[in-house]
Amino acid sequence: MRIRWRSPIRGPWLTSVFGLVLLCALPVVIVTGLLDRVAYGSAPIPADVGGLHLPRFDWPTRPAWLFRLTQGLHVGLGIVLVPVVLAKLWSVIPKLFTRPDRNLLKLAERATLVLLVGGILFEIVTGLLNIQYDYVFGFSFYAAHYVGAWVFIAGFVLHVAFKLPTMVRSLRSRSLRTELRTPLAGTVPEPPDEGGLVAPEPDPPTMSRRGALALVGGGTLLLAGLTVGQTLDGPLRSTALLLPRGRTAPGDFPVNRTFVASGISPGAVGESWHLDLGTVQLTRDELAALPQHTADLPIACVEGWSTQQTWSGVRLRDLAALAGVPEPSGASVRSVEEGPFAQAPLTAGQVLHPDSLLALRVNGSDLTRDHGYPARVIVPALPGVHCTKWVAAIGFAR
Amino acid sequence: MRTVARAAGLLGCVALAGYAATIILRDPTLHPSIPGMLIWFVGALLLHDLVLFPLYAAADRALTLLPATRVPLVNHVRLPLLGAGLTFLVYLPGIVRQGEPVVLGASGLGQAPFLARWLWLVLAMTAVSALVWVVRVTRRSAAGG
Repeated sequence: MRIRWRSPIRGPWLTSVFGLVLLCALPVVIVTGLLDRVAYGSAPIPADVGGLHLPRFDWPTRPAWLFRLTQGLHVGLGIVLVPVVLAKLWSVIPKLFTRPDRNLLKLAERATLVLLVGGILFEIVTGLLNIQYDYVFGFSFYAAHYVGAWVFIAGFVLHVAFKLPTMVRSLRSRSLRTELRTPLAGTVPEPPDEGGLVAPEPDPPTMSRRGALALVGGGTLLLAGLTVGQTLDGPLRSTALLLPRGRTAPGDFPVNRTFVASGISPGAVGESWHLDLGTVQLTRDELAALPQHTADLPIACVEGWSTQQTWSGVRLRDLAALAGVPEPSGASVRSVEEGPFAQAPLTAGQVLHPDSLLALRVNGSDLTRDHGYPARVIVPALPGVHCTKWVAAIGFAR
Repeated sequence: MRTVARAAGLLGCVALAGYAATIILRDPTLHPSIPGMLIWFVGALLLHDLVLFPLYAAADRALTLLPATRVPLVNHVRLPLLGAGLTFLVYLPGIVRQGEPVVLGASGLGQAPFLARWLWLVLAMTAVSALVWVVRVTRRSAAGG
């Protein structure tokens, strides 16, 4: 079967423009994604990744918006690059249907494209589903997305190493400035290329190259406009029209898990609730009687959404001192809730930061149950999932 | 020498990808997920190359059947269609209300508004595109072209 490829603008130059955009942006997605794992501290998922563990360092607490930035970039860039990835795949698809090469090395190179293309599509699909809480795939997102990332990285590094000279040569073959001035009437195919991207018998053009670039750029802008709202507070939040985090209950800000979903019985956070510090037990009234501190801190989640609020409560370092461990080497926070995220480790830096709180109030009112009443942890730059709600106990390590 | 370097790079990267896959083997609780992960990995590839691409290529081909007009209709149909397709794919779970119990547990809010919002968005893109076409036709007529 011989396919007649019809597009007159498909060619190495156009492919290389998309390639250059991805070459610049994908490393940012990769690095911010890997940093997310570091931010999880000593309890990342999956736990045992053999030699592919990342450098271990204490996740900083300054600036407070660090995780908001890294994770927002990872998810946001990942979404807005979807049109570029699709355009890049469209631009090279004739190669999928070319006859396999006899040269073993070239054949092997071609086979590794499965890692590259399969890897990025797998990462996009699992990532998009995860940020919309759709677990239709039925396996551990964390494990799959981490393994998929390394498979993609392997394919990506190889592809860049092999194709960089071609990309540079192709980009030099035409002037971007000239292309941006060339209307439909002046659009002609690129000269035949050895890679076979340029159609030998194309249809007449219906879109100029600048039109195609504008189309892909427009797709990126459209997705950016529909996504950025999940990191903004105020009325702009609802511009994330189609994302779950564009919606909030009136007068409220987003939560990562509702009280009902936590499965906690109301009695467990009622009158009898107290905070267990090991040597000391404190009721909520006793906590409220301690010196209170107020801080504006973001909650930023792995799904890329974030929100900044004004939290008040007792400094974690004051609680450490009360527990008789004024200079802790770290802490472990346990929730009333049970489940995989019911226990969170904190580093010494996270405990001792002056804005790290066991919050009792937010925006001038007592926490609601959905936001973690009677008390929740809030620490600068700590991933939201580790800002434990419905805190039952904090163990400060000597 | 170049061939040796290429072959070495190739082997190195395949080894890295293979080693990454062993992360799954390290955790016995992940073993039942192996077929699912493989299916989704290969499935994403096949779905793009053998379903999504032929579908949108065929749809694009159908645009050549549009009536010939002085200002061609093709891009005024193509753009809203692509916008609709792109937003549908990216925001699919909310639009088709897949995974609603988890969304509800996570955010306290459901997915009810998303389908209507998406339809409005598609309508808006179509309307803007049609309006621009009308403006272009009018301007061309006014210019006596």
